[in-house]
Amino acid sequence: MENRSLVTIANHSREKIEYLIRMAQEFEKHPNRRLLEGRIVATLFFEPSTRTRLSFETAANRLGAKVIGFADPKVTSGTKGETLKDTIMMVSNYADIIVMRHYLEGAAQYASEVSPVPIVNAGDGANQHPSQTMLDLYTINQTQGTLENLNIYLVGDLKYGRTVHSLLTAMRHFNPTFHFIAPDELAMPEHYKMYCREKGINFVEHQDFDADTIAGADILYMTRVQRERFTDLDEYERVKDRYLLKRAMLSKAKPNMKILHPLPRVNEIEYSIDDTPYAYYFQQARNGLYARQAILCDTLGITLEEIINDKTIIK
Amino acid sequence: MSYYLHFTFSKYQNMKRQELQVAALRNGTVIDHIPSAKLFEVIGLLHLQEMHSSVTVGYNLKSKKMGNKSIIKVADKFFSDDEINQLSVVTPNVTLSIIRDYEVVEKKEVKMPEELIGIVKCDNHKCITNNEPMQTRFHFLGKERGTLQCHYCNREINLADVKLV
Repeated sequence: MENRSLVTIANHSREKIEYLIRMAQEFEKHPNRRLLEGRIVATLFFEPSTRTRLSFETAANRLGAKVIGFADPKVTSGTKGETLKDTIMMVSNYADIIVMRHYLEGAAQYASEVSPVPIVNAGDGANQHPSQTMLDLYTINQTQGTLENLNIYLVGDLKYGRTVHSLLTAMRHFNPTFHFIAPDELAMPEHYKMYCREKGINFVEHQDFDADTIAGADILYMTRVQRERFTDLDEYERVKDRYLLKRAMLSKAKPNMKILHPLPRVNEIEYSIDDTPYAYYFQQARNGLYARQAILCDTLGITLEEIINDKTIIK
Repeated sequence: MSYYLHFTFSKYQNMKRQELQVAALRNGTVIDHIPSAKLFEVIGLLHLQEMHSSVTVGYNLKSKKMGNKSIIKVADKFFSDDEINQLSVVTPNVTLSIIRDYEVVEKKEVKMPEELIGIVKCDNHKCITNNEPMQTRFHFLGKERGTLQCHYCNREINLADVKLV
């Protein structure tokens, strides 16, 4: 059987990304359907992630599927020493598809190799989080009308932030120019810069984070600078306020510019920005629903054509 | 200190001392130019401790090219390319001579395979391979890059830093 699991979108072709965006657009038009009626989706969260779990479970429920699973790893047999393989083999007897969040890197790849049913990676440690990347791409396309030739500014934790790394690799098909704004301790790792050079992706590194620097942005992708990432806490104290986005910094922003954030936000985007037309992070989160509906359907072998011709829409 | 784990034949006693470093092998494989520090890893990788035919190991031998080298001769054993290529992670520059009836009939070089299964340990302690009873799997990213990439967590490891399972 063809393995339809979604572990990463790093290797997805341009066509496949555009196909999934088209699918998600259909779900944005009509999110409520009975397309997955009779199917069972398991959500196995070996690491708590309320936001991602609610989004996947909502996607499944709005398509008529039933959801089983666990949200708290403390209730699973993993704590009794059961291997991941055994848990997956057990759950695959019950469910048609497994959405899995795991704290170990590579867990989703391994699960996809042993599982008789498709696996959807809902985040494996610091490694991959493809549904987040899909919703980011969807949102960029939705706000800019294209994915081509955009200036994308990545701000904050560019060292550990898997969302920015995945976005970087997924955007390689679309001739972007990336701008990296981060403290030295959390700078974009050298191997990602090497990746950019190999793939011909333009990138610029900035020291300052101010109105002039971000004036050219189409997308301003903010992430959180977390205290626990620093070995030198003095360094953290020095830089922590330097990467906060303040309303005054938007004075020179392009009219089409949108601010994205994978959430949760702490204080890195000033709350008064929420009322500006640039703020788009809550709509971005809503797009997670449509992107995940597309991912569930594609992983279960349902085609775009079937979704376009779907007669199960609940109006 | 140099020493042998196998005896040389008396008919070679008149030969020059240098030649004595390699006892004659009728049929089998000679693995030469092993950095001495890597000798025991090579033995482990090829599972020589499980062999029943005779194995001659020369350790800390003088070498013009390397200063100091080790050599292994395995009687009546012809390794597959897959077995040989495993050596590439620890000793990419060894040479292998295939011996038949005392003659070198073929020289083989070690080539880095595209994929290494169950050989290299991932140095990411949060990688699934270090937390689940399973085999590791690495992809070779090419000579220029000089790194292996974990199939599971995507961590890249420099060839010089490789640790075996």
